[in-house]
Amino acid sequence: MFTDVPLLSLIIWVPIIGGIICMFAGDDRKATRARCIALLTAFINLLLCVPLYLGFDKSTSNMQFIENIDWIAKFGVHYQLGVDGISVLMVILSTITTFLVVIASWRPIKKNVAQYMAAFLIMQGMMVGVFESLDAILFYVFWEGMLIPMYLCIGMWGGARRTYASIKFFLYTFLGSALMLIAILYLRTKTTDFNILSFYSVQLTMTEQVYIFIAFLLAFAVKIPMWPVHTWLPDAHTEAPAGGSVVLAALMLKMGIYGILRFSMPITPDASQHLAGLMIVLSLIAIVYIAVVAVGQTDMKRLIAYSSVAHMGFTTLACFVIYKIVAKTGDLHDAYLTLEGGMVQMLSHAFSTGAMFLGVGVLYERLHSREINAFGGVAHKMPLFAALFMLFALANVGLPGTSGFVGEFLIILGSFKASYVITLFAATTLVLSATYTLWMYKRVFFGKVMTQGVEDMHDLEMPEYTVLFILAFLVIFIGVYPNALLSVFHTSIGHLLELSTTSKL
Amino acid sequence: MELLKTLTLLIITAPLLGAAAAGLFCRHVSRTFAHRLTITLMGISFILSVYVAYLVINNNWTYDGVLYLWGQSGNLTLNVGFLIDRLTACMLVTVTFVSFLVHIYSIGYMQEDGGYQRFFAYISLFTFFMLMLITGNNFLQLFFGWEGVGLASYLLIGFWFDRESANQGSLKAFLVNRVGDFGFVVGIAGVLNYFGSLDYATVFAAVPHVAALAPNLPGTHWSAITAIGFFLFVGAMAKSAQMPLHVWLPESMEGPTPISALIHAATMVTAGVFMVARLSPLYQYTPSMQSFILIIGATGALFTGLIAIVQNDIKRVVAYSTLSQLGYMMAAAGVSAYAASIFHLMTHAAFKALLFLGAGSVIIAMHHDQDLRHMGGLRKHMPITYITFLIGTLALCAIPPFSGFYSKDSIIDAVHYSQISGASYAYGCVVLGSFVTAFYSFRALFLAFHGEERMDDHTKHHLKESPWVVWLPLVLLAIPSVFQGYFMIEPMLFSSNPVLGNSITVLPQNNVLALMAEEFHGSFQMIIRDLTSLPLCFALLGALSAWYAYMKRPGLPALCVQRFKLLYFILIHKYGFDDFNDLVFVRGGQRTAKLMYKGDSTIIDGFFVNGTGRVIEWFSSTSRRMQTGYIYHYAFVMVLGLIVLLGWLMF
Repeated sequence: MFTDVPLLSLIIWVPIIGGIICMFAGDDRKATRARCIALLTAFINLLLCVPLYLGFDKSTSNMQFIENIDWIAKFGVHYQLGVDGISVLMVILSTITTFLVVIASWRPIKKNVAQYMAAFLIMQGMMVGVFESLDAILFYVFWEGMLIPMYLCIGMWGGARRTYASIKFFLYTFLGSALMLIAILYLRTKTTDFNILSFYSVQLTMTEQVYIFIAFLLAFAVKIPMWPVHTWLPDAHTEAPAGGSVVLAALMLKMGIYGILRFSMPITPDASQHLAGLMIVLSLIAIVYIAVVAVGQTDMKRLIAYSSVAHMGFTTLACFVIYKIVAKTGDLHDAYLTLEGGMVQMLSHAFSTGAMFLGVGVLYERLHSREINAFGGVAHKMPLFAALFMLFALANVGLPGTSGFVGEFLIILGSFKASYVITLFAATTLVLSATYTLWMYKRVFFGKVMTQGVEDMHDLEMPEYTVLFILAFLVIFIGVYPNALLSVFHTSIGHLLELSTTSKL
Repeated sequence: MELLKTLTLLIITAPLLGAAAAGLFCRHVSRTFAHRLTITLMGISFILSVYVAYLVINNNWTYDGVLYLWGQSGNLTLNVGFLIDRLTACMLVTVTFVSFLVHIYSIGYMQEDGGYQRFFAYISLFTFFMLMLITGNNFLQLFFGWEGVGLASYLLIGFWFDRESANQGSLKAFLVNRVGDFGFVVGIAGVLNYFGSLDYATVFAAVPHVAALAPNLPGTHWSAITAIGFFLFVGAMAKSAQMPLHVWLPESMEGPTPISALIHAATMVTAGVFMVARLSPLYQYTPSMQSFILIIGATGALFTGLIAIVQNDIKRVVAYSTLSQLGYMMAAAGVSAYAASIFHLMTHAAFKALLFLGAGSVIIAMHHDQDLRHMGGLRKHMPITYITFLIGTLALCAIPPFSGFYSKDSIIDAVHYSQISGASYAYGCVVLGSFVTAFYSFRALFLAFHGEERMDDHTKHHLKESPWVVWLPLVLLAIPSVFQGYFMIEPMLFSSNPVLGNSITVLPQNNVLALMAEEFHGSFQMIIRDLTSLPLCFALLGALSAWYAYMKRPGLPALCVQRFKLLYFILIHKYGFDDFNDLVFVRGGQRTAKLMYKGDSTIIDGFFVNGTGRVIEWFSSTSRRMQTGYIYHYAFVMVLGLIVLLGWLMF
């Protein structure tokens, strides 16, 4: 019944238009009006996801809800949208995240509220555009376009070193993606248009594949971020406002992995196979080394940022370990486990890390500090918050029954097929993540109340606990019944695996 | 059989419901409501468990089925499901019984605490996880319960979270357990890799075939099955506090005493023993792991017991005694006497919970002073606590006819009969262990309940027996501590249709219990037969020595400390495990983290990233200086360029 409605376009443009309206809502004296417009827009967008999810056919790996309009016909650029099992969840995730961020920013943001809300809504539309684009140029436009609102978000509403962080963020990610455009243009010379799906059937020699792979990788690795191009993230996270950190962690990083799944693996399968060993090593360095770095942090946001890099290491591991598995067993079915684990990891990381950043935001709002040592005994003053934060900390630790467990467990389990050595390294996360997360928790929440600042803290308010309760529900739901996610992308992952392991030589 | 599924579901959800109600609404429900609700639900859970045990053991029912599909990926299907067999039934009754009594006891012990409702929520939550652990029919659920009880234990050790020592203890407990879980996860991954499934039934059926192929880990000479067994056992070593991963258990005593009884004595710490018994079809095929388990267990049984001798905190004495008893259980599992191991697990659950709760009762009377040196003569003031504590002590020391005698002597016998490598060393350890056990147990008993009253006057005037909610569980636990062994040894170990039946697997060549059955002629005859046996003599000697050293000649211990300084030094430092961990892992780890962060921020970020930025900055500021704006500069450069170009073209 929704076949005639351009649902995917609506999900992109409703927030962007809503954002533009919001921008003109007026100055801070009319902040409430801006907030309401933002909330309404985000809510409408959330509602639009309902027919998207219900109308989505899980049994096929084909693109669905396709829209195709000529854009720049001369060069074969189309405005072409579509979703499969992988992207549909990313779209829904973006929508939920933005909705939560709007609520969470209700009170903390008091300066330039209309512009802040507008930035997030426009960012939301662009990100959805990234996940829905079937045209490489369209993808590129959205991909680069969303840097602007995020740059403004860090630069305007950020912390003390916001200028440094925002410029670093912008240059890092922008330079990373410059080569991607060249790769896209090169691929265009081999086909008639910029359709990503038609890139899949392009025959490429090994040399070509390696160059294209590296060109894409630079863009994606910076976004994910992979070790050693991760250093923009701690700065960006630390300086960004809480909402910005959430969007960064929950969505922007995922765009990198999404790119690997959508471009690198199916377009350059042989290069991926060839370089899989290197990628696995880089992933394991992120998992082990970055986790150790996280232990030594004194700033809560920086700690969570490093933990985020370590957790994202699992997703890249999941992507590239499949080549080793298939090489070893020859059975594609063995590779499902890690790749699907990687997908779950992407989604669950959004919720748990997002929630942790919001939690730090809640603390910052009260004490105006992110230093672990400034706190202590918070559980006495904020018992409800302490309980919720404990849940998210446990999800970060990967405790069974929370979302954080599912992805890591499947990846650790599956990677044994490639080599038990990978499993051994990957499994260190059990110890390391518990160390940095719970040690931080102990220092912040437990102990006696030592300072007047903590003494004056009050427990969660309405917008805060609404958001955290929704996230808590999601974290537990995915942990207890991950099949709700697995079944959505199962068919698409199967198709992707086939594409990514079929040689083009 | 669907009935079993429904019953199990009820048994498991009852505590979860209680935990949710008391925990989520802890500020909106009254204290009375919180404990009434959780206790009622625990009671239901216990009664249903007994019914399930009756159905399983008497009517010979088993249930192995799926509750819901957790996830599906490739060829792998991961379900949440139950396996209700005889082993599970025994565990169900043990866990719910102790948990029920501990719930009641907590009314008395926690009555003045501000976090009353939270406490009840936590212990109910713990029970839920523990029940999930024992009822699962696959490794996934085992791991869920495994980590879940770890979480509950972490929350409860750190229950009084304004105390630094409690926070240290809880974090340490969680992290050490996580080291174990690291092994456990790797083991599970190995199981999936070599057996293609995580369901017990499929895996166990595949073990003999895989064992016949004898695969090695790729690139090594290690047998894959032994490696899997080893990694899984690392998990058990942490959870069941086996050396060298035992370090967290003594510090777990920072939690309230009821949870020490429930979690750190009766149930959670025995999860590792349960796991080895549950995975007996796997461990039967790896002799080297059997020896390993035996040696680890027996070593722990003796050497952790020795530490208990020098402890002055009553709870720590009982804690080290728990470590030692867990060593006995593991040793039994090592020699394939799984039935004896589970039997000791069950008797130990009762008498050790009794000892902990008894210690708790003493602590209440002493106004939360736990130091044995400040006690003495309590038996006159607390007769019920004294008698029940005495019963617990006798059971622990394996004095006939108390329950511990039957279970522990069976273990010692089983080790004696075993032929696997390391058995003679292990036998030495477990026999010497009975002397040590009796010595430290009676030492604690004498110091607390006998002799002169050493407490201050204020405490002395207020000494009184604890309220009925505290002593009733003691009495109820004392009953099995007296009778359980006498009546259960035959059905558990030596009957033709033993209680555990086919829920455990023992290969014929490892069946030590069959050898022992030939010598067994009834519970009473066993007492007569063992009157002159080595373990009993050692136990009596231990008790006598304790009496001599602490009652007859109270100056003797101090003299011994003087004389055997080195030994005392080693024991008081617990063989240096804590110092080593502190130095290497805690401080070393922190330093490494700082160093690596420095590397990350100065080398990668500072040198490469910002270095690139600086180079560009330098380059552009240099090139900017060339844009002087003077026409004659530009003209000069143009002329110079022209000359160079012409020169290059001409030559």
